[in-house]
Amino acid sequence: MDKPVNNRAWFLVLPVLVLVAFSAVIPLMTVVNYSVQDTFGNNQFFWNGLGWFQEVLDSDRIRAALGRQILFSAIILAIEIPLGIFVALNMPKRGFWASVVLVLMALPLLIPWNVVGTIWQVFGRVDIGLLGHTLAAMGFDYNYVNDPVDAWATIVVMDVWHWTSLVALLCYAGLQSIPDAYYQAARIDQASRWAVFRHIELPKMSGVLLIAVLLRFMDSFMIYTEPFVLTGGGPGNATTFLSIDLVKTAIGQFDLGPAAAFSLIYFLVILLISWVFYTVMTAQKDAP
Amino acid sequence: MAAVAERRATGSAIVMVAYLLFLLTPIYWLVTMSLKTNAEITGTFSLWPHEPTLANYRTILTDPSWYMGYVNSLTYVVLNTAISLAVALPAAYAFSRYRFMGDKHLFFWLLSNRMAPAAVFALPFFQLYSAVGLFDTHIAVALAHCLFNVPLAVWILEGFMSGVPREIDETAYIDGYSFPRFFVRIFMPLIASGIGVAAFFCFMFSWVELLLSRTLTSVNAKPIAATMTRTVSASGLDWGVLAAAGVLTIVPGALVIWFVRNYIAKGFALGRV
Repeated sequence: MDKPVNNRAWFLVLPVLVLVAFSAVIPLMTVVNYSVQDTFGNNQFFWNGLGWFQEVLDSDRIRAALGRQILFSAIILAIEIPLGIFVALNMPKRGFWASVVLVLMALPLLIPWNVVGTIWQVFGRVDIGLLGHTLAAMGFDYNYVNDPVDAWATIVVMDVWHWTSLVALLCYAGLQSIPDAYYQAARIDQASRWAVFRHIELPKMSGVLLIAVLLRFMDSFMIYTEPFVLTGGGPGNATTFLSIDLVKTAIGQFDLGPAAAFSLIYFLVILLISWVFYTVMTAQKDAP
Repeated sequence: MAAVAERRATGSAIVMVAYLLFLLTPIYWLVTMSLKTNAEITGTFSLWPHEPTLANYRTILTDPSWYMGYVNSLTYVVLNTAISLAVALPAAYAFSRYRFMGDKHLFFWLLSNRMAPAAVFALPFFQLYSAVGLFDTHIAVALAHCLFNVPLAVWILEGFMSGVPREIDETAYIDGYSFPRFFVRIFMPLIASGIGVAAFFCFMFSWVELLLSRTLTSVNAKPIAATMTRTVSASGLDWGVLAAAGVLTIVPGALVIWFVRNYIAKGFALGRV
């Protein structure tokens, strides 16, 4: 790129820096501060070194939550990305129905997250919910409150319901940018549907797919409100994901040191995995 | 050829109908439930309300402790959108037009804030805003939501701004426009749709967030979403009112979608297709 070098551009960035410093750096430093100290109350702190980090890394509870979290994000990506692409390929391209479909699809994205949990709660309950009632009537022993497998299935379906539209809308925007000439050329070559997808549509979507994968990974890895409302992390600890566990430690029990160490490790894991996705997917794009 | 295309169109229609049914059935259930009495919800199982009632909505719209929740939520969402756009516009211009010391690192660092789990920041935010006396105010929630909205707004706006040729800036400067005048009078109208899209996203992510807004408020700025969670645990069985409150939280979102429907797809691609 041939953008001119101009260090006065820093002045334009300054407001953002001040604001983000206030809303991100100061709180994050508080976390760092807590993570290396211990307290007996009364605001008396003393140095604890890396003790809390050791404790967090050795904790079976947190390791189990991390395992569940990785499994959850993997399932979410494996379902939502292909399904989103598939839906995007089938969306009407223009006209009245295109706007209607767009608006209806965007609807779940604008529902507050705890209302999403509430919707699935009243939808899934065996006594008053349409889904639970129907499944029970069909003879399934479905109960997301007591059965870990059902709880998992419900949370996964809920997340697919909530976020697949985001992937689909991103891919749709990518598809819209393909000129008709490409399709005409493919038709002249008598390219199969699969060949059109593989060699025209997929490459044109790669940019938006990167955004989709990154956003879905980050948000599924940080998921808190929806499972908290739906299952509260239960039954037992079956659906206690990292955020739920962290909030329990930090705000429920007010264990500042371990919670802070936990927070930093959590943040680093997200940064690391996002960076890996970013590097791998941009490297693929640049290669051929 | 025509037969194949027609079959494909039918196939697409079936897929879309199935997907939309999947999306809308749970929402339909919430809406029906909000129109039923509690006796009907728990007593009999019916696919549509047999004795439709608006009593649940009346409960919410006449009780200040309920409807003030909506007012609070809308207040901090609008504040947050205004703040986010005000600081993101100049920054996005700088990123899209100039190279400067540390620009790439700065951009990635900004984005990394979008990856910060809200749960990590809940406790420090609580202490920070308590210390500066902003706890339980709308501005506290608005500022806290800047954590993820400002990076996103910068990212979206930068994408849209990079689509505007730089010759326009240069011509305006030659014509004697000062930077602020050029920016407001010429540049902002050019990226109006981008600003709309960014505003939509700030609105959306601030509106749906609960963890931070709940942690930072107790009474005066309590968001509607938090009012709902409290009612679930307190009265336990008032499903009708809960459902009605849920339906009312969907309404502002649906209105906003309708206004920006032509830009939604492009906006979701963050302006860089």
